[in-house]
This record gives sequence, C-alpha cells and structure tokens, in this order.
Amino acid sequence: MNKHLLLGAEAIALGALDAGISGVYAYPGTPSTEITEYIQKNSADLEKAVRSSWSTNEKTAYEAALGMSYAGKRSLVCMKHVGLNVAADAFINSAITGINGGLVVAVADDPSMHSSQNEQDSRVYGKFAMLPVLEPSSQQDLYTATREAFDLSESVKLPVLLRLTTRLAHSRAGVERTAARMQNPLHALYAPERFVLIPQNARRQYNVLLGIQQELEKISEHSWLNRLITGSGSKGVIAFGIAFNYTMEVRQAFGLDFPVLKIGQYPLPRKQVESFFTSCETILVAEEGYPVYEELLRGYFGGDNIMGRMDGTLPRAGELNADIIASGLGIKPATVLPVPDIVVHRPPALCKGCGHRDLYDALTTVMSSFQEHHVFSDIGCYTLGALEPFNAIHTCVDMGASITMAKGAADAGLRPAVAVIGDSTFTHSGMTGLLDAINDKSPLTVIIADNDTTAMTGGQQSSATGSRLLDICRGLGVDEGHIRIIVPLKSHLEENMTVLREEIIYEGVSVVIARRECIETASRKKRTKV
Amino acid sequence: MHINIILAGVGGQGILTIAAVIGRAALQSGLTIRQTEVHGMSQRGGAVQSHLRISNREIYSDLIAEGTAHLILSVEPHEALRYLPFLAPESRIVTSIEPFINIENYPAIDDILAELNRTKRPVMVNAAELAREAGHARTSNMVMLGAASPYIGIATEQLESAIGELFHAKGPDIVDVNIRAFRKGQELSQTQATEP
Repeated sequence: MNKHLLLGAEAIALGALDAGISGVYAYPGTPSTEITEYIQKNSADLEKAVRSSWSTNEKTAYEAALGMSYAGKRSLVCMKHVGLNVAADAFINSAITGINGGLVVAVADDPSMHSSQNEQDSRVYGKFAMLPVLEPSSQQDLYTATREAFDLSESVKLPVLLRLTTRLAHSRAGVERTAARMQNPLHALYAPERFVLIPQNARRQYNVLLGIQQELEKISEHSWLNRLITGSGSKGVIAFGIAFNYTMEVRQAFGLDFPVLKIGQYPLPRKQVESFFTSCETILVAEEGYPVYEELLRGYFGGDNIMGRMDGTLPRAGELNADIIASGLGIKPATVLPVPDIVVHRPPALCKGCGHRDLYDALTTVMSSFQEHHVFSDIGCYTLGALEPFNAIHTCVDMGASITMAKGAADAGLRPAVAVIGDSTFTHSGMTGLLDAINDKSPLTVIIADNDTTAMTGGQQSSATGSRLLDICRGLGVDEGHIRIIVPLKSHLEENMTVLREEIIYEGVSVVIARRECIETASRKKRTKV
Repeated sequence: MHINIILAGVGGQGILTIAAVIGRAALQSGLTIRQTEVHGMSQRGGAVQSHLRISNREIYSDLIAEGTAHLILSVEPHEALRYLPFLAPESRIVTSIEPFINIENYPAIDDILAELNRTKRPVMVNAAELAREAGHARTSNMVMLGAASPYIGIATEQLESAIGELFHAKGPDIVDVNIRAFRKGQELSQTQATEP
C-alpha cells in the first residue's frame, strides 16, 4: 500500500515535510490542529530536525515563521480562521516585506461554525494582503499544492495563503507521496530596505507588491488548480475550493453534463472566467464561505445571469453540500425519511469528573449571593459552562476577552467583575489584559482554570501552567496575598467557595488559580504508562 | 461498487476506530475512500458522526447526500435515528441497543427500539454482552463492525487483517480479542439475516 490514509490537515503536514520545511509554528485551533500534530508525530526520525512545538498564540507563531523564512529556511504556520485575526498584523505586513525562504500560511476556516464563534472567510484576508491564495479541493491536491506553495512562495518572494475548510481538513482519503526535498541551507538575508518597514521602505515595497499583482494573475491562469470541465447546456457552475467536489458529485449522481469552472488558486484567473461567462447564459457561483467572488462578479449593479448566495439560490450562511448545490441547480430533492419526533438534541458537555464542573458549582453558588452576578468567560472547554445545567458564564467573545471585558465592566462600575479563563487562553491573550487591569487598579477577579493542557482541541501542550502561572501573575504585579490557589474537587467545595468569596469582594485585582489536571489527558497518560 | 456509510455515536465512544479499520481495509482492496470526522467542541460528549464512502471510482464529495446512505452503523440506538434522512430506500440500520445516557431528556428505550423496528430489517446488537463474551468490554466497536460487515462490500479477510494491523502495537492478545469480537458480531448478523 503506497497510499497514506490522511486527513486533509495531515496531507498539508506531509506536503510541508516533503517540501523541506525546517519548522512549523502554530497555536491549536479546530479545524487546523491536526496539521501541526502530524508534524510533531512524524518528524522525529527525519534526517534533519523540524521544529514543531506549540506557540503561545498565532501572532507569535506567524512572526517566528517569518523569522525562519528570513533566515532562508522554509517554514509553515498554521491556524484556524479566527487565529488569522490575531496574526493579522504580521500577516499583512509580511506581504510588504516579502520573504526569503518559502513561507506558507495554512488557514482552516470553519463554515457552519462547528467549533467556532464566526464563519469568516480567509480568502478575504488573502485579497486584503494581496497575496496568492491556494484552495485545493481534495486531500491529494492539498498534498501537492502545499509542496508547490513553497516553490511559488520562493519564486514570487511572498507568503502564500493555503485555505481549506472543516470538511476537507477533517476528512480522510488516500494520499500518494512524492520524493521528499532537502531543507534549505541557512542563508539569512541582509535586506533592511525590505524588512525595515519605515515609511520610505514601506512605500517602495508596497509598490513592489502592487507591481507583482499582474504576474500573480498570470500564474493563476496557468495553475492546475484552476481548470475547465467541459460540458453542454447554457447553465454553468463556477465552483470554488471544496464546492467543486459537491458540484461534481451532483453531476455524477444525476448524470448531468453542465460545464464547470473549477477555481483553486487566486487572484482570480480573469481570462478563464471571462471565457466561461461568454460560453454560458446563466452561472451558479458556488463558494464555501462568503460570496467573496460572487460579489465581485456581480459588480455593484447586479448581474442578472448570476446565481449564488447573494440572490438566495444558495443559502447565505453555512457550509455547502451536494444537496444544496443540487437544489441550487433546480433539482427537486428526493423524499427522505424524517427524523423521528422522539429524537432529542445531544449537545456537547463537560466530561463527567471534569474539574471545571466543580469550579462552576462553587462559583455559581458564590455569585448567586450578589445582586449582579456577571461572569465574563473565554474560549476553551470551560465555555461549556454556558450550557445547562451550569448557566455559569455570560460572555465568550474571543481569546483573552474575559479579562479585558471584565476590566471594562469594572471600570464602568460593575461589581463584582469576574473573569474565567483557561491556562492556555491566559498565556495566549490574557496576560496583557491582566497587566492593563493592574495598571488601572481595576477591581476584578480573574479565575484561571488551570487544567495543565489545551483541552478543547485535544490536549496539546500549554505554554505555561502550574507554578509558572503563579510566577507570571506575580511578575505582572498582582498582590501576592491576592493570588490564591484552589483545587476544584467536590470535597473542597466549602473551602473553595470561601476563597472565591473573599477574592470577589476584594476591591482590587485578584487571581484565583483553580488547578486540577484535565481528566482526559490524565487518563490518556495512565493508559500509555501501562 | 459504491457504498455510503453513516457511522453514528456519542463523542468518546470511538466510532473512529471502526472507520480506521474500514478505511485501511478499503485502501488495501484498492478502493477509493473518503471519511469525515468530528473534532473540536462537538466531540465532548455530543452527538458525533462520520461519513464513510467507499468506491471503485472517483469519489468527489466527502459528505453523503440525503437519501443515499446504504448503511447506518451506530454504536448507540438513539443516535442511529438522528441520521434517518440519510438512509436510502431499502437500506438498513445496524445498531447497538445499549443506550448512552448523558442527557436528562433521553427518550424511553422502548420508543427508540420501536422506531428502529419501523425501518427495513434493522440489525440490533447487544454489543456490550457480545464484547464481554469475546473477552473484553472495550471491544464492542469491533462487535458492531462485525455485525455490519456483510453490508460493507469489503471481504472479511481484508477487514480482519486491518484489525490485526491496527491493534498490532498492543500485542497479539489484544488483536485476538478484537478479532473474536468482530466474529461474534458477524455471527449474530448472519443469524438475524436468515431469520424470517
């Protein structure tokens, strides 16, 4: 068997390893986590080491990847779509500096929000930064495109954005490898005129970026990721990324023969699109994500012959599938069995025995004694405290926002102001907010739920846990007497409630670290030891 | 040959082990495969499913279209019902009958079994009991795979060899108990199929 059964995410990882990367930088985030995990598991026996441990957040990851590229080596940086918001400053500016060693940014979007707060489309970021974007539609194409993305990056001297969505990231297929390439030698670049973005350099470099746009479009015109599937009839489909799969599925299942223009590389290949428009009377634009290119193709005044997400032919939100494309093409859906009435929703829940349960039991009881009982929370397993039976938290917006939102509310006069944040989210984006609170002496209690891991994404190494969290809080300037440690266990309920109450009524910055290992990682460790 | 399978269960029940065996066996049989997984928030005790597609031609979509699944293979009876709209006419459900109750409003098991019995020739498996008979309570997944094996379109030898490879690292005893569990399930399925 020379085929490897790989997730789309893993196909990117293998493609990057075979392209000769010297490092991967990432912060875990569904559906991108498995890219880095695969490299961590499969690079140990390589001739030359590949640097792969987790970064503190997506911005530090991106900048480190850019630094590795500066030094002449190939680097991969991975994140989920909202992670690119965190890394956006570095991302946009790296398009201005350009790169030295190949730099590929793999971003996994999550339309339908299976595990996310929004369904933003990273292709918009690609356009915004004016970078080449690749959007392959199969696991094999992901492997090949990732390899080639590094060559492309080095040939145009720009980072390349590789975009995929949940279904491809988390679906397995057989993938064939080609011979691995050697890593680049160290060849750091003295090019301050490119890398020192003071205005005179930035203006010149920006012109370089503008100047290469035509060349990028020409490359798209000849890319194998963009191609026409000929057919008959007056109606055609422009299928972007994974929408190609659903479109072809419909063609196959219903024995249809409409023409399809497959788009997998941007900027949009203008000539191919123009020629497709000449050959079809009406066109369905199928994009997994926002109607980014549908909007562009319609122009400001409409586009009567265009159908897609903007006119309701396809739903405006959510991921696509073959049923949706079929219905968009006017195919009547077959009658199917209904879901029986007795079937009930089974939402995700905190594991039985999880320490967060005991933390929330204590916290909710304490908070109920106050007239205002708002709890600002964050992103991680503990976000499940928003659901029944806990109903323990009242906000979850973005990584780190628990502390800063609680601070702002405290500044507005809200008492008490309480934040709940995990160990990994705290080091990702919570520390700076805590420093703000200390500088402002905002009366606020930060509860760090330290389970010694990044649990929600499957138990990755967290940047700082245990005593290091204590050191960080001390170092930032939290009063020693108001850093308390509790163990969230049923048997400690009374004592934990006392500590929480004391710190919540304290008129200053206090930190309560609720320290107990994630039961999932603990039982996994136990299993591997046996 | 073209088979669509919906694998159903609750996060943590390990439906991906079943998928891994079928995937490996399919690749070794020279077939094309696509198989989706659920990672992230939903897998924490929530409803999870995997779409598994096996074919001797190109497969485009990773997802199965409604009304086109040839088999729903569920390790939990209530979860089997959730995906009924995917089931093709004349296709069947193979499910474990042991409920996994982690929600307060879990329906009455008799109602669930009644709904299951309304579908075409369902295969109902007491997976936990057969797993214990095979020698290990944690092999109920392989019992379920065995029970579904007559409807997967892959030869038993290929499936058993894939089980052997997947559990190889855990030693010959673990391989044996999983093969025994697989055969228990297969036997039950064959008995049920021959009953009037």
